[in-house]
Amino acid sequence: MAETINLLLSSTLETLYMVFASVFIASILGIPLGVLLMVTDKGQILQNEILNKILSSIVNIFRSIPFVILLIILIPFTRFLVGKSIGTTAAIVPLSIAAIPFLGRLVETALREVNSGVIEAAQAMGASYMQIILKVLIPEALPSIISGITITAINLIGYSAMAGVIGGGGLGDLAVRYGYQRFMLDIMLYTVAILVLMVQLIQMIGDRIVKQISKYR
Amino acid sequence: MIKITNLTKIYNSNMGRIVALDNINLHIKKGDIFGIIGLSGAGKTTLLRCMNLLEKPTKGTIEIDGIDITKISAKQLKEIRRKIGMIFQHFNLLSHRTVYGNVAFPLEIAGVDKNKIKEKVINLLELVGLSDKINCYPSELSGGQKQRVGIARALANDPKVLLCDEPTSALDPKTTVSILELLKDINNKFGITIVLISHDLNVVKKICSNVAVIENGRIIEQGSIFEIFNNSKSDIVKNFTQNVIKSEFFEVVNIG
Repeated sequence: MAETINLLLSSTLETLYMVFASVFIASILGIPLGVLLMVTDKGQILQNEILNKILSSIVNIFRSIPFVILLIILIPFTRFLVGKSIGTTAAIVPLSIAAIPFLGRLVETALREVNSGVIEAAQAMGASYMQIILKVLIPEALPSIISGITITAINLIGYSAMAGVIGGGGLGDLAVRYGYQRFMLDIMLYTVAILVLMVQLIQMIGDRIVKQISKYR
Repeated sequence: MIKITNLTKIYNSNMGRIVALDNINLHIKKGDIFGIIGLSGAGKTTLLRCMNLLEKPTKGTIEIDGIDITKISAKQLKEIRRKIGMIFQHFNLLSHRTVYGNVAFPLEIAGVDKNKIKEKVINLLELVGLSDKINCYPSELSGGQKQRVGIARALANDPKVLLCDEPTSALDPKTTVSILELLKDINNKFGITIVLISHDLNVVKKICSNVAVIENGRIIEQGSIFEIFNNSKSDIVKNFTQNVIKSEFFEVVNIG
C-alpha cells in the first residue's frame, strides 16, 4: 500500500510539474502570439497581411499534428534545448510547443471581443501601439485570457498522459504501465480519480479568478 | 483653428469605389461651437474622424492650429492628438478601469507624473459633477454619467479642440440637455473649439453657433445657425423647420 501511495504521489507531482511548467511557457509565448495574430489582422491597428498569413499558417500546422507524433518529431529539438530527449523535463518541450499555438488562438479570439470603439478612443488620445496593447487590449480581454489559460492547462493534463512515450512519467504513464500492462486495476482507478480531481480544481480556480476580476465589468 | 481644404475621402471596396467625402472646404474659428448635420451615411462621421486622422484622407489638407496634420510624422501626430479631445456616441470607456482610471488614462499615456494626474482627475471630475463616482466602474453608471466621464477624459490633456461624435444620440432627452449644457459651459470656461456632429437638429440648434449641412459627402450649405434655420436650401433642414413650426402651431392651438 505504501508503495502504491508513493507511486501515485510521485506521478502526481510529475504531472503537476509538466503541466504547470508548460502552461507557464505557453503563456509567455502564446499571449504575444495571440496579440500578434490579432493586431496584424485586416482592419486592426498593425494590419500586415503577409505576417498574419505566415503566423496563422504556422499555428494551423502545429495544431494539426497529433500530439503523439509531435512528441516524436520534436525529439532532436528537445535534445538541443534541454540536453536530453527523455524524462519529465524533456516532456515539457513538446507540451509547450503544442500549447503555444492553442493558447495563441484563444488569446486572439479573446482580443477580438474587445470593443473596437475603445481601441479607437485610445488612438484618438495619442496612444502608441504598445500602450494600446498593454493598457487597453490585454486588460480589457483579461477575463477571457484567463479562461483560455485554464482551458489550456486542462488540455495539457490530457496531453501529459502521453508523455510516457518519451519516458516523461506522470499519472497517464503510471496508468498505462501498472494499470494496463500489469493488470493493476486499482492503480488505474486511482490515477483516473486524481486526474478528475485535478481538472475540477484547475477549472474551479480559473473560474474564481475570472469571476473576481470581472466583478464590476 | 480648423481649416479643411479640398478634402476628399474615397473607399475602395469589393462593391467598387465609394466617395465618402467629396471636396470638402470648411473653416472653423477658434472658440466656436460648430455643428455638422446630416443623415446617416452622409459622411459626417468620416469628416469628423478625418480631423484627428482616425480616417486618412485620400486628398486635401486639414490644418489644426496652423499645422497640416496630413503631412506630419506618426510621432507628431500622437502629440497633436493629445491636444484634440474626442467623445463618442457609445462613450468607449475602459471597462476594466474605474471612473478615476478612465480619466487618468490619457494622462498616463502622455507620461504625466502620478501626483499631477491625481490632482487633475479630481478637478476634472468636479467639473463634470461626478466626484462621488470616482471609484465606480463604467458598468455601474448611467448613460449620462458615462458621457460625463468621457468628457472629463477628453479634457484631461487640456485640448484646444473637442470633437463630439453624436455625443447625445444614445441618451434620453433630459440627459441630452444636461450634457449639452455641460459642453456649452466648457466652451465658455476654457474657450475650447467644439465640433459636434449630429443627425438631430434640436441638438445643433441648442448649442451650435455655426453649422454645415452635409449630404452625400458634400457640404451643401453652411453659415450661422440663424441663417441656416431661416433660409435653408436643404431638405433635411426644411423638413425639420416645418415640423417645428407645425408642432409649435399645435401647441398654441391646444393652449387656446
